[in-house]
Amino acid sequence: MANLASFFNALPGAVSQGLIWGIMAIGVYITYKLLDVADLTVDGSFCTGGAACVMLITAGYNVWLALLAAVLVGMIAGMVTGLLHTACGIPAILAGILTQLGLWSVNLAIMGMKANQSLNVANHELLVSLRYLQDVSKGERHFWQHPIFVAALFTLALVVILYWFFGTELGSSIRATGANPHMARAQGINTNFNIVLGLMISNGLVALSGALLAQYQSFADINMGRGAIVIGLAAVIIGEVVFSHIFHNFGLKLIAVSIGSIIYYVVIQAVVSLSEINTNYLKLISALIVAIFLTIPYWKGKYFAKPVKRGGSSHA
Amino acid sequence: MLEIRNVYKTFNPGTVNEKTALDGLSLRLEEGDFVTVIGGNGAGKSTMLNAVAGTWPVDSGNILIDGIDVTRLPEHKRAKYLGRVFQDPMMGTAPNMQIAENLALAARRGDARTLKVGITRAELAEYREKLKELELGLEDRITAKVGLLSGGQRQALTLLMATLKKPRLLLLDEHTAALDPKTAAKVLELSDKIVAENKLTTLMVTHNMRDAIAHGNRLIMLSAGRVVLDIAGEEKKKLTVQDLLQRFSTASGEEFSNDRALLS
Repeated sequence: MANLASFFNALPGAVSQGLIWGIMAIGVYITYKLLDVADLTVDGSFCTGGAACVMLITAGYNVWLALLAAVLVGMIAGMVTGLLHTACGIPAILAGILTQLGLWSVNLAIMGMKANQSLNVANHELLVSLRYLQDVSKGERHFWQHPIFVAALFTLALVVILYWFFGTELGSSIRATGANPHMARAQGINTNFNIVLGLMISNGLVALSGALLAQYQSFADINMGRGAIVIGLAAVIIGEVVFSHIFHNFGLKLIAVSIGSIIYYVVIQAVVSLSEINTNYLKLISALIVAIFLTIPYWKGKYFAKPVKRGGSSHA
Repeated sequence: MLEIRNVYKTFNPGTVNEKTALDGLSLRLEEGDFVTVIGGNGAGKSTMLNAVAGTWPVDSGNILIDGIDVTRLPEHKRAKYLGRVFQDPMMGTAPNMQIAENLALAARRGDARTLKVGITRAELAEYREKLKELELGLEDRITAKVGLLSGGQRQALTLLMATLKKPRLLLLDEHTAALDPKTAAKVLELSDKIVAENKLTTLMVTHNMRDAIAHGNRLIMLSAGRVVLDIAGEEKKKLTVQDLLQRFSTASGEEFSNDRALLS
């Protein structure tokens, strides 16, 4: 049972990765669930965040400053998609694809026209690192430097901030924009502004996640965000399927997304450890998982619906 | 207080689907007017309301509210003057938000959305009182998602939302057309009550001639994007459906045709 042992050895790493990617998934949740926009910018902005972070840390900047810069460039990417959509009238999906494509060159430029840039863990004090995970288990570092602990703390802080924000007047108006743009405009809400703002917040989170992952794996790579939107959707949907009956509060729903991401990475790790599968098949498996999870609720409604009376207008 | 001056609007210009919906429409509303609007299929009733609300830009002409030219103002900026209830009960509310949240959004119509808390405790108590007046039992379901409500309940809620912050002008766009007769009568009664209590200037589009006669102090009839009849005061009170049909043919030179009006 060497495989099982390798799975358990890899478990802390999988959970760490799941938590870090979970922050990206929370960003996807904001666009996909709250704004009702499928935003494909994330595949690009995830890498933008990672690239900006690695380059700044390498250049000797403080790690927090590098994170902040990553968030800002992510927000700019979101703003570009938002303006392409609202000011230029390009359908949201296409706007996201355009930004994502453009970001490919931007990301390479940030990394000095190289496809990847590594970070020397020995030279810099990072927030999360695969190395620290090993150090903590060897007893060379404090437990609170364990990536799981740090990433969980980040997630919690973000959930608290987002919970507060989406309860404010402005946050509520963003939710209304996604729920019913006609109603929102009739109530004097600037829906275009809110869509741009929502995309900025979302991509800021995505870039933050990319920055943390780049630190964790100690490099940024031009391909690191490829398929990020699918992973994000997987996390959102897994979280929903598993927790929708228990978690009704908005904050808990965000935590469900993060847990969904952890489940996703643990499952992927299990597949890798317990089978002899070539890791190049992982993207195919990811796509299948998401397709299946998106299909289930649709088929459930279509083929297994209970004959209940639709909410009609007969009883006021 | 509302002035529509010579407004034109053509949809799909230059295509086979070209349709002139407003053809030099002019209308003037005085403070406190409750005007019912009737007209045949494609007469431009809803188009007129959408032109006032700013759903899309008009081709030419001007729209003034309180003497302010709002013709170039985007929809969300005009909203501060307007309360709106749509024909489709789904249009006026955010289904996956709570009743209280919907009301809180409406209470801030025309205000900047800040980082202050979206709904205060004092507001909740106020909304409960207001909901009680609807007599639909919604005051006990204030945290329920609006998507769970029936069409009639939603229209009543939308009506409350439209008037929670007193609008300069209330636009009712066939807001009872999607409801069954009993519910429609109830929502209409509620509309009358709210309009009277708040002394609201109102434009109400309806397909039902009897309703158009029974409500408001003034009745206008549209045909081919213009006002062809404008009846107010004592004359309106004495009006019958027969009169109306008669006067329509004289005014427009054609038979009145509205699928729903004939059936109702």
